[in-house]
Amino acid sequence: MSSLGFAGVSVVYDRRIALHPFTDSVKPGEWLCLIGPNGAGKSSALRAVAGLAPHTGSVTVDGMPLADRSPRRRAAVVAYVPQSPLMPADMTGAEYVLLGRNPYIGYFGSETRHDRALVADVLRRLDLEDFADRRLGTLSGGEQQRLVIARAVAQEAPILLLDEPTSALDIGHQQQALELVDRLRREHGLTVVSAMHDLTLAGLYADRLTLLHQGSVVSTGTAAHVLRAETLSEFYGVSVSVHHDPDGTVVVVPRRTPSTPSPGFT
Amino acid sequence: MSGRLSGRLRPRTRHGWWLAAALALLVGAVVLGAMVGPAGTISSANWSIIWKIRLPRVALAAIVGSMLSLAGASYQGVFRNPLVDPFLLGAAAGAGLGATLVFAYFRTTTVDWPIDPLPLAAFVGALVAVLVTYAVGASFGGSSLTLVLAGVAVAALCTAVQQMVLLRNADVIDEVYSWISGRLSTATWADVRLVAPYVVVSSVILLMHRRQLDVLRVGDEEAASLGAEVKRVRLVVVIAATLGTAAVVSVSGLIGFVGIMVPHLVRLMFSASYRWVLPMSIVVGATFLILADVPGRVLEHGRETPIGVVTAFLGAPMFIVVLRSKRRFT
Repeated sequence: MSSLGFAGVSVVYDRRIALHPFTDSVKPGEWLCLIGPNGAGKSSALRAVAGLAPHTGSVTVDGMPLADRSPRRRAAVVAYVPQSPLMPADMTGAEYVLLGRNPYIGYFGSETRHDRALVADVLRRLDLEDFADRRLGTLSGGEQQRLVIARAVAQEAPILLLDEPTSALDIGHQQQALELVDRLRREHGLTVVSAMHDLTLAGLYADRLTLLHQGSVVSTGTAAHVLRAETLSEFYGVSVSVHHDPDGTVVVVPRRTPSTPSPGFT
Repeated sequence: MSGRLSGRLRPRTRHGWWLAAALALLVGAVVLGAMVGPAGTISSANWSIIWKIRLPRVALAAIVGSMLSLAGASYQGVFRNPLVDPFLLGAAAGAGLGATLVFAYFRTTTVDWPIDPLPLAAFVGALVAVLVTYAVGASFGGSSLTLVLAGVAVAALCTAVQQMVLLRNADVIDEVYSWISGRLSTATWADVRLVAPYVVVSSVILLMHRRQLDVLRVGDEEAASLGAEVKRVRLVVVIAATLGTAAVVSVSGLIGFVGIMVPHLVRLMFSASYRWVLPMSIVVGATFLILADVPGRVLEHGRETPIGVVTAFLGAPMFIVVLRSKRRFT
């Protein structure tokens, strides 16, 4: 299990500040979920960890700066699942998951017997054996998403970053994907940082939520602490009601404001 | 269970049979290429025609066809664009400009050059054009899109200069266009010896990058998140592919369609994984160009049909077939 530290991590694109200096410490095995409206800086924070966004400040894993690592050694500790993964239509499921072994293969090297056995094992444990020979173009969005997660698992990195992992999925597949991540987290002791739009699902799965707005943290803590109607209405500009189920689940329900007339009925 | 699955993850033996079949076809093409010509399908009695005229031509066709196909497949890999050929970054326009300058200004002089300036100028022209493209593209971030756009600009500039030179030297237009449409008819063993080292070095480097090209298939960003050094891979592959392309272009002129079509044929028939696309492109590309060179010798009595014309005639219909099944390539 590994911890992930942010020390004043700031992301700037073309002089626009996407993330103001962000400091946080994600404990080993913790699931932190970043929430906030579009453009709040959630993806930028994840991309900084994955080494894909130019940033200042320091991202550390177990106290060691990631910037000191080569791209391959960084990929061996951080696995990144992007918001819309590029799925080559004519690549097979097995070939795709095998890409997760890249951090362990030399520049001119090729996969070893161990890499293939490990990928076969991942496909079996995630119940994806039927997709090993299927071309990605023939799979549904939910099936593709499971393969993307399988690729990240094959990467054997202790830190898993998920950028909107469920935005393209229906409610059933959303739950299936998040249950899978939670199961892997428990089995492998993964530390998970995700960016999510569905606030109820975020509160349901994450240990801790951090609400970002215009690149700055405005609230962090448990779902019950962060998901308050007045906070959400202030930063999302929405009207919501927040319900607390007896089992502790926080449910965020959108409300229509009476002052917003429906188009066509005015 | 898991043993059987990991067996499926190994390169398939079915592909090994395809490779063997393609190699057999290549041998057949070499034999055919040695037998057919304007002097008729001659017997072994006349070895000197076979050895001095037909075999160097067959060898050069094999080298040029395999190099253009391999370079095309590699370019398609690093730019993740199925409609890309090895001339994408200005190699063709640069070589054309170099050749035109020689025809216009250096062939008319009576100076006896120690080496033929034509292949040298084409080679240098192609390399310089691609280097300028890369430098310009890299100064704007070096993404594949900026590189392609820089290539378009450099090619346009080279072509404009070439046309200006041609307008002032109209007497060499025939020679220049004959060079541009490509030819293998004047091939000698010296040509083969001249280009072979470049082609071997280029091919070895490209083949060593076949797994890296598979990683790049998921896009620059995801490849980087998997630990791939995307810019380094792209730079090395482009340099190696350009070196080989410039070498073959310098002796054969511009032979179109091979570099774009052969990799697609390979993808359609075998596998889209670059581990197979690259080696198979070498074999299929060599076979294709040897065979394409045969009808040109005998189609029109008393003269040669340029090889570039034959490849386009054969290539265009095949290319349409490829486009019809394009949905398989994303």
